[in-house]
Amino acid sequence: MNDAGPLLEVEGVSVRFGALMALHQVSLRIERGEILAIIGPNGAGKTTLLNVISGFYHPWEGRIRFAGRDRTRLKPPDVAELGIARTFQNVALFKGMSVLDNIMTGRLLKMRGNVVLDALWWGPAQRQELAHRAAVERIIDFLEIQAIRKTPAGKLPYGLQKRVELARALAAEPQLLLLDEPMAGMNVEEKEDMCRFILDVNGELGTTIALIEHDMGVVMDISDRVVVLDYGRKIADGTPDQVRKDQAVLDAYLGVAHD
Amino acid sequence: MTEILHGLVAPFADIASNPSFFAEVLIGGIAAGLMYSLVALGFVLIFKASGVFNFAQGVMVLFAALTLVGLIERGAPVALALLLTVGVMVLLAFAIERVVLRPLVNQEHIILFMATIGLNFFLEGFGEMLWGANVKRLDVGIPDTSFKIGNVLVNRLELTAALTAAVIVTVLAVFFQKTSIGRALRAVADDHEAALSLGIPLKTIWTVVWSVAGLVAIVAGIMWGAKSGVQFSLSLIALKALPVLILGGFTSVPGAIAGGLIIGVCEKIAEVYWGPLVGGAIENWFAYVLALAFLLFRPQGLFGERIIERV
Repeated sequence: MNDAGPLLEVEGVSVRFGALMALHQVSLRIERGEILAIIGPNGAGKTTLLNVISGFYHPWEGRIRFAGRDRTRLKPPDVAELGIARTFQNVALFKGMSVLDNIMTGRLLKMRGNVVLDALWWGPAQRQELAHRAAVERIIDFLEIQAIRKTPAGKLPYGLQKRVELARALAAEPQLLLLDEPMAGMNVEEKEDMCRFILDVNGELGTTIALIEHDMGVVMDISDRVVVLDYGRKIADGTPDQVRKDQAVLDAYLGVAHD
Repeated sequence: MTEILHGLVAPFADIASNPSFFAEVLIGGIAAGLMYSLVALGFVLIFKASGVFNFAQGVMVLFAALTLVGLIERGAPVALALLLTVGVMVLLAFAIERVVLRPLVNQEHIILFMATIGLNFFLEGFGEMLWGANVKRLDVGIPDTSFKIGNVLVNRLELTAALTAAVIVTVLAVFFQKTSIGRALRAVADDHEAALSLGIPLKTIWTVVWSVAGLVAIVAGIMWGAKSGVQFSLSLIALKALPVLILGGFTSVPGAIAGGLIIGVCEKIAEVYWGPLVGGAIENWFAYVLALAFLLFRPQGLFGERIIERV
């Protein structure tokens, strides 16, 4: 693996749904170890961009490189295998399963299963399961969700569901973590907690993070760099301070006539 | 009025006065119930893992039995025929995943359901084309005769079927709850997209689960085929599995077993003791009445996952 260049490069990617150009020749890089925020008005193509990176959509033109290798047309499970984990805008937990089981599914890729040994809970299978349980318990401690370990995920309040989803993504020990509106629908306190977790994940685990967020205060506080999308095009890319002063960004948010 | 009351209550006296006959009725009910459970299991497996209600499950039972009998008729030894049938069902699972499910990923459940209706008619026609439509006898080497335990008559074939069902159910329950593949299956059942993003390959999971459902269909096909001959009506036992599913819950393996037992036992007892009151033939519809009652009071079934909805 190439350790020098950026972790992820998106080059001239366009995505279209019929006549609608959801993304138009978007290029951006995600550097190793940074927190990148992707912002933009509703319908700007932020989630589409995330879906392209995680393999749910495939670009109509353009290329995506991960750690220097081309991976434009990979499917979601293969993207996951490369070390990219994500959360979803409308929490996608396994509602009937316990929090613990939910997070354990995050480790499926790391398990080399043998059905018979698993079932008998014997030998290497037992050691493996215990090792994974230990890793999951560390994440549970890290995100402070010890108390809800056995609760079915569907019963949790929304803010906690978002936290469990983050835990599940972390369980895969990703190199790149994609968060789609991790703080949507949260109250101030929950937002502060989530900010702290994101900074800790980045700082302590060294995980590179790209996140979509609407709360400008949060974005400016925690991100190293900000990319702004509008109508499927990238209109700005820079540090929070640069982006804040950018005229195109002000126009997009405050509104001028688009012609 | 008093006559009706008498008619309703009198059977209890009958039960008390002849306990060994009651035990025979009970055992007959349990045996029939386990056979229902086997069919219901096939439904549950596929529903759990892909959220698809597989309309073709009954025909899969028929198809498995037809294939087995057909191979035996053509001179294959029983063991070889069984092995080949297993191969055919696994192959079928691969084909279904490739041709039916994969093109329909992320479609509405109702569309997948429609696809299984198509599959149902295809398999039915294909099976009859390959093996012919006449009734066939399936001899598994266990005589359909009875022996006595104390005062109670027990049928050898029913006993074997019951034990087989019990073993299969145990294995499946462990598989789902204790193995990492089982966990992946439950994850896929809950949310396709999230499962994909965690690196769980849908196509492998679907192939596994349809194969397992195929294997369960073979066992059900053998048991029912040995009892009543291999013929088209075998596919209709799927309809008997519906009330079992409503009772047990669509997502629960133990539920399919308990549901099957309850239905089997209740309909036998109702038929034998209360049937004469209304001129008999309760057995055919009693299960559905029971299911209706459950729909009213416990729609998720006995063991189904609680229906959790945040508003």
